[in-house]
Amino acid sequence: MKEKIVDIIAAYKGVDASEIATDKSFADIGLDSLDVAELVMQIEDACEVEIDITPELNCIDKLVEYIESK
Amino acid sequence: MNRVVITGMGTVNPIGNNIETFSENLFAGVCGIGPITKFDTTGFKVTLAAEVKDFDPLQYYDSLPEARRADLFTQYATAAAIEAVRDSDIQGNVQPQRFGVYVGSGIGGMNTFTAETLKLDKRGPSRVSPLFIPMMISNMAAGAISMRFGAKGPSLPVVTACATSTNTIGEAFRAIKHGYADAIIAGGTESTITPLATAGFDNCKALSQATDPARASIPFDKERSGFVMGEGATMLILEEYSHAVARGAKIYAEICGYGNTSDAYHMTAPHPEAEGAVEAIRLAAEEGGITAGERLYINAHGTSTPMNDKTETLAIKKAFGEAAYTTHISSTKSMTGHMLGATGATEAAACVLALQKQMIPPTIHYQEKDPECDLDYTPNNAVSAEIDVAISSSLGFGGHNAVIALKKI
Repeated sequence: MKEKIVDIIAAYKGVDASEIATDKSFADIGLDSLDVAELVMQIEDACEVEIDITPELNCIDKLVEYIESK
Repeated sequence: MNRVVITGMGTVNPIGNNIETFSENLFAGVCGIGPITKFDTTGFKVTLAAEVKDFDPLQYYDSLPEARRADLFTQYATAAAIEAVRDSDIQGNVQPQRFGVYVGSGIGGMNTFTAETLKLDKRGPSRVSPLFIPMMISNMAAGAISMRFGAKGPSLPVVTACATSTNTIGEAFRAIKHGYADAIIAGGTESTITPLATAGFDNCKALSQATDPARASIPFDKERSGFVMGEGATMLILEEYSHAVARGAKIYAEICGYGNTSDAYHMTAPHPEAEGAVEAIRLAAEEGGITAGERLYINAHGTSTPMNDKTETLAIKKAFGEAAYTTHISSTKSMTGHMLGATGATEAAACVLALQKQMIPPTIHYQEKDPECDLDYTPNNAVSAEIDVAISSSLGFGGHNAVIALKKI
C-alpha cells in the first residue's frame, strides 16, 4: 500500500521514489493543497478506496494508516 | 501625459518560437500552415492549421509537474513573457508595484476544459481535477506571469475574442500614459487547435476547408474561403518613455494611439458598412496624429474570410479616403494563421519589426484579385519602404474593434 502511494507521488513529482519522505508533511515534500487533492483522486483509483481528506492526514504515513483502518 | 514605448518583445508562434526567428520568417514569407498533427482529423472537413512547432515547456519551467499545472495557453504566454522580460531587462529595474500584466486569451484553457468535461461524462463529478478551474480560466496566463516576475501592479486580462491582445496593448498604453504604471507586460495567448474548437469554428462557417496549405489562409484573395486556426503567444514590454530612457533601455518603437469600439450589430458578422472598424481606426489615428499616405503601414486583421477582408478594405478606404490606395497594407495571417487572442500582439510585433527594418511583411499566397479588395496588400514578397507609422487592426466576434498606432522612435 505505502509503496503504491509513494510510487504515485514520485511519478507525479517526476522524481525517484527514494526521494519521497513518508513522514514529512505534504507541504514539506513540495505538494500544495491542489496537488494533494489531485493525488488523492489517483490514490483512490489505484487503491480502490474512498478518501475523505482532512488537514490531519498531512503525510503519507498518516494517509496509509487511514486507508488501512478502513 | 506620459509617452509610452516598447522596450521588449517575446513570441511563440507558428513561424517562430522567438522574435529573431519570427522576424526572419516574417520578411521571408514563410508559411506556418500544415496538416493538423495535434489530433486525428478523421471526420473533420478542416484538416489544416498553423501549429506552433517544437515547443518544449521544460525550457520555461523548472520541472514537469510545474509545467503540467499550466494549460498550454498559459505555457505559451509564459514562454513569450520570459523572452520579452529578458529582452527588456526590466525585471529588477522597475518597482514591483509599478509593474503590471495585461495579458488575455480569447478562449482560455480549451484543452483542459475538454479533458475534464470528458472525465465528468465518463467517471462522474468526483473525478474532475481540482486543477480544472485554475488551469482553465482565461485570466490564469496573466496570473501566472505576475507570479513568475513578481509584477504587483495593475492587471487586466481582456477577453474580446480576436481583438483581445490589441485591447490589452491599448489598455496598457492608456494605463502608462495616465500614470498608473511604469511598465506593463502586455499581450495575448491562445491554444485552441483542438477537436472541439475546430468543429465549432468550422460549423459557424469561419474556417477554410482548403487542403492545400498554399491556398488556405489567403487574405484579400478572391478565392479566400475562411481563416486557418493558428496558436501561440506574443508579449510586449510597454514602458513609460522617461523611465526607459533613465535606465538606458533599448527602445523599439512608441505606441501613440488606440481606438476601441463595438459594432453593436451581430455575433459573428462585421457591420456591412464597417462603422465600428472605421471609428476605431479614426480614434487611433487621431490620438497618434497619423494621416494616411506612403509613410504608413497597416497590418490588417485580414483573416481570409470573405466578409472580413471585404469589410476591412471598405473600413480602410472610409478612414483614409484616396490615400488608402497608396498605403502599404498586409495581412501576416497568411503566414501565422489566425492566432485569435494572440493575434493582435503578434501583429503589433510585426509592426514594430516593419518600422525597425523599414520593410513591409508580405501577404503571401496572393493570386486572384478581388474587385472588392483593391488596395495594395504587399502581395507575396516583402518590400522596402520608408515608413514612420504603423497601424494594427483587430476585429473580433462580438463586434469588438481594436486598433493601435505605433511610430518609429
